Amino acid sequence: MIVADKKPIEEIVEEIKDKEKILILGCNECVTVCEAGGKKEVGVLASALRMYFLNQGREVRIDERTLERQCDHEYLEEVRDVIDQYDAVVSLACGVGVQFMAEKYHTTPVFPGVNTSFMGVTEQRGVWSERCQGCGECILARTGGICPVSRCAKRIFNGPCGGSTNGKCEINPELDCAWQLIIDRLKALGKLDDYEKITPIKDWSTERAGGPRKIVREDVQQ
Amino acid sequence: MSYPANIRIVLVPCTGKVDILHILRAFEKGADGVYVVGCMEGECHYNSGNFRARKRVEQAQKLLDAIGTGGERVQMYNLSSGEGPKFAEYAVEMDKRIQKLGPNPIKSAKKKAA
Amino acid sequence: MKLKTSSKLEKILANSHLAVTSECGPPRGSDPEVIIKKADMIKDHVDAINITDNQTSVTRMCSLAACIHLKHMGLEPVLQMVTRDRNRIALQSDILGAASFDINNILCLSGDHQSFGDCSQGQNVHDIDSMQLIQTVRHMRDEGKFLGGDHIKRPPKMFVGAAANPFADPFEIRVPRLAKKVAAGVEFIQTQCIYNLDKFEQWMKMVCDRGLHEKVHILAGMTPMKTAGMAKYMKKRVPGMDVPDEVVKRLADTPKEKQGEEGIKICIEAIQRLKEVQGVRGFHIMAIEWEEKVPEIVEAAGLYPRPKVD
Repeated sequence: MIVADKKPIEEIVEEIKDKEKILILGCNECVTVCEAGGKKEVGVLASALRMYFLNQGREVRIDERTLERQCDHEYLEEVRDVIDQYDAVVSLACGVGVQFMAEKYHTTPVFPGVNTSFMGVTEQRGVWSERCQGCGECILARTGGICPVSRCAKRIFNGPCGGSTNGKCEINPELDCAWQLIIDRLKALGKLDDYEKITPIKDWSTERAGGPRKIVREDVQQ
Repeated sequence: MSYPANIRIVLVPCTGKVDILHILRAFEKGADGVYVVGCMEGECHYNSGNFRARKRVEQAQKLLDAIGTGGERVQMYNLSSGEGPKFAEYAVEMDKRIQKLGPNPIKSAKKKAA
Repeated sequence: MKLKTSSKLEKILANSHLAVTSECGPPRGSDPEVIIKKADMIKDHVDAINITDNQTSVTRMCSLAACIHLKHMGLEPVLQMVTRDRNRIALQSDILGAASFDINNILCLSGDHQSFGDCSQGQNVHDIDSMQLIQTVRHMRDEGKFLGGDHIKRPPKMFVGAAANPFADPFEIRVPRLAKKVAAGVEFIQTQCIYNLDKFEQWMKMVCDRGLHEKVHILAGMTPMKTAGMAKYMKKRVPGMDVPDEVVKRLADTPKEKQGEEGIKICIEAIQRLKEVQGVRGFHIMAIEWEEKVPEIVEAAGLYPRPKVD
C-alpha cells in the first residue's frame, strides 16, 4: 500500500492559520492502514486544531469527514454539495488524493496533511517499510522476488557494492543489504548460479524519468 | 480515603480502552487536566492495556504541547487495585499540579470568542 | 598478449612485469598545484596514478580535470569514475573527454553513498551500475559505438579496471563476483587494502582455481598504517576491512614515535610475501596524505626502478 506519515501539526497550522471554515478529509484505505490519515487521525487532528485556535482566541469551524478513497471520482463527488461551505480542506489522503481533490474542486484550497513516502508493507503495527518504486518494468522474476530498485540504496542491478557489511547496507546498519537478501534467496531456491548472469542496463523510460505516466486499458474503457 | 472533589472519575475496564481521542475531547470540553490510572506495569489484567494507555498519554502530551494547552495537563499513573490510599495520593498530586497550571486556556478563549 | 590500448599500465602487465600504481585525491578547490605536487612525489616509483572521483561523496575537483593535469606532466593517470553522480549520457561523454586527452585507463566504481559526504541531501543517479559501466567502456572501445547504437568517431582506447574486495560480504559470492566482472569485460582489478595475508591468499587460490587469474590482472591493494590508532579504527569502524589482531598488536607494542616506521615495514613485508602469490600481478599502494612514503615502500619492496616500456 501507499505509506505516509502525519505532517507535524505546526506545518498544517501554518497553511490554514487565516482560514475560518476547514474540512479535515480522511481516507479509508492506505492511510488508514498506516495510521496516518484515517477516521481516527482525522478526529485527533480536528480536535487538536480546534483547541489550538481557541487557545489563540479564535473559534474556527473544523469539520471531519472520511471518504472511502480520494482517488476515484465517485467518492470525491460525495462532498460536492458541502464543499462550498469551507474555505480550505486539509486532506489526509496520500499525495494522489490531495491532487485529485484539487483538480475536482478547482476553487477550494486543498492542503496536504500527510507526507506521502513509498509503496510498502506493514512489517508489524507501527513499522512500515518500502518495497516498490514503481519502475514500470518489474524484474522480480530475476532476483528471487527481491527488488534492487527499491531496496538497494544505489539501485544496483549487479550487486552487492563494496559497502555491504554483515548483510547490512553501508548507509544504515539496520537496513538490510538488498543484495544479501537476493543472494540468500537465490541460495534457498537452489539458484545461486543465476547470480553470475549480468543484468543488462535498465530502461528507465518507464519510470519517473520518462515523464508522468499513464496506463490506458482499452479493453475495459467505457 | 478522600480525594479532591473536583475530580470526575470515568470508569473503564482497562486503561487500554482509553483512546487519545477521549483525552483530547475531554480537553476540548474544558477539562483542566486528565489523568489515566492503570494497573502496575506487568500486572495488567488484560496483558498490555496499560502499556498502550501510556503510549497514548505520551502522544497526547506532545500534541497538547504543540497546540498551546500544555502536555503536563495529562499524566499516566500506575497502581494495583488494592491501593486505595495511593489513588488518593495521585489525585491530590494531580490536583496540585493543575491548580498551579491554572485553568485550561481554551476556557478563557471560548469566553472571548463568544 | 596483443595490446588493445595505448595504456602504459597494460603494456607493463603484458610484458609480465609486476605493475605498481598509486592514488591521489584531488583538492577541495581549484588549485592544480596540489595534484601536481603529490604526483611529483611518486611519479618515478609508479606506473600509473589513480585519481579518485569525489571519494566518500565529498565534493572535490573532478577526476577528469586532475587526470588532464597529470597528462600535462607526462604521467599516466587512471580515471576513477563512479556511477553515483552521472547518467549514461554524462558517463559516455566524460569517457570521450578523457579519451580526447589520451587518458588510457579507467576504473569503474559505484561510489560511496552521498549520505557520507557534504551533499547528503542531493540526488544520486546510478543510471547504470559499475558492472554495466565496465560493459559500456568495452562496448565503446571494441565496437566503437555509443550505448544508443551510433558510431563513435575516434573511439576511446581505454584499459578497463574495477575494484574488488576479497574480504567483503557475502562470502559465497566473493569469487563469483570477480567472475562476473571478468565476464563484463574488466581487464585489471585493484583490491581493497590487504592486512590479512592468509585470507587474501585463500581468495587468490579460489580465483586461480577458476582460472580467473589468466583473464584479469589483479593488483593487490596496500595501505601502510601510520599509527596503532589507525589500525584499531580500520579494524573496528571501516566496513569490509579485515585487520588481524596481530597487526594491531604489533603496532600497539611499538613506541608511538616509531609506529609509522613499523607500519611501513609491515607494508613492505606484505608486498614481498604477496609477490610470490600466483595471480598477483602488481600492487596498488594507497598512502592517502602520506604520498611521500610511496617511493620508500616501492624501493624497499624491490620494485624500483620501474621498467621502461615504449
